Amino acid sequence: MSMKVGSRQVDGVVIVDCSGRITLGEGSVILRDTVRDLLSKGNKKIVLNLQDVNYIDSSGIGELVSAFTTTKNQGGELKLLNLTKKVNDLLQITKLYTVFDVKDDEASAVKSFK
Amino acid sequence: MAMTEQRVSYTLDSSLETIDNAEEKATRVATELGFPDDEIMQISMAVREGAVNAVLHGNAYAPDKKVTLVFERSADDLIITIRDQGRGMDLSKIPNPLAPENLLKTSGRGIFLMRSFMDVVEIRPTDSGTELKLIKHVHGPTAGGKEASQ
Repeated sequence: MSMKVGSRQVDGVVIVDCSGRITLGEGSVILRDTVRDLLSKGNKKIVLNLQDVNYIDSSGIGELVSAFTTTKNQGGELKLLNLTKKVNDLLQITKLYTVFDVKDDEASAVKSFK
Repeated sequence: MAMTEQRVSYTLDSSLETIDNAEEKATRVATELGFPDDEIMQISMAVREGAVNAVLHGNAYAPDKKVTLVFERSADDLIITIRDQGRGMDLSKIPNPLAPENLLKTSGRGIFLMRSFMDVVEIRPTDSGTELKLIKHVHGPTAGGKEASQ
């Protein structure tokens, strides 16, 4: 299953609902383009909802890092929401769990932005 | 492919499709050999990362270069070999992805993930490229040389 994204606004925060696989090729490109598009339109509070992302490879992990740093470099914040166990485990073993702000419910994710 | 044979070999193009293909084959073989779900995921992901290295960093998508993927079943192990025809890699130049200064790098985690998921990971240069060997010990009812049921 390839990756699909849909975004919505909640109290000034953009929630990007992702589903499928974030892997080398199409999945990584879709994520990159989505985040760049949001930033170019002035959206600087971004939550990636990964509830339906069942697989991420090292390229996908790199793309999450890139999205995080690109957003930060433009004065914004990007947070992760609703990690599956597989994705959570990957972020733990790569120590990226300490880098990302990971939330497990949408309301608190939205509230957490300054 | 049914893993009733002791060794199965594939010759694949240097393409993105090969990466998905290799992952799917690994999932099928690991499932047939009776690995638990979490280890099936680990094996398929390690093979995917190995295929990414072979296609991108080894063969650099060159249409005249091939990737060889071999699954072998020994008494106690699943042995997966991935060979490319590229220039090889200098492992000493691959930084530790867990070092604080590397955490925000966008690449360089593939070999680390393979080592996290497999029992043995060996990388060596060959006359024509690089050979990656991934080994996962077989536990449970299929260990000891008994064939997996189809």
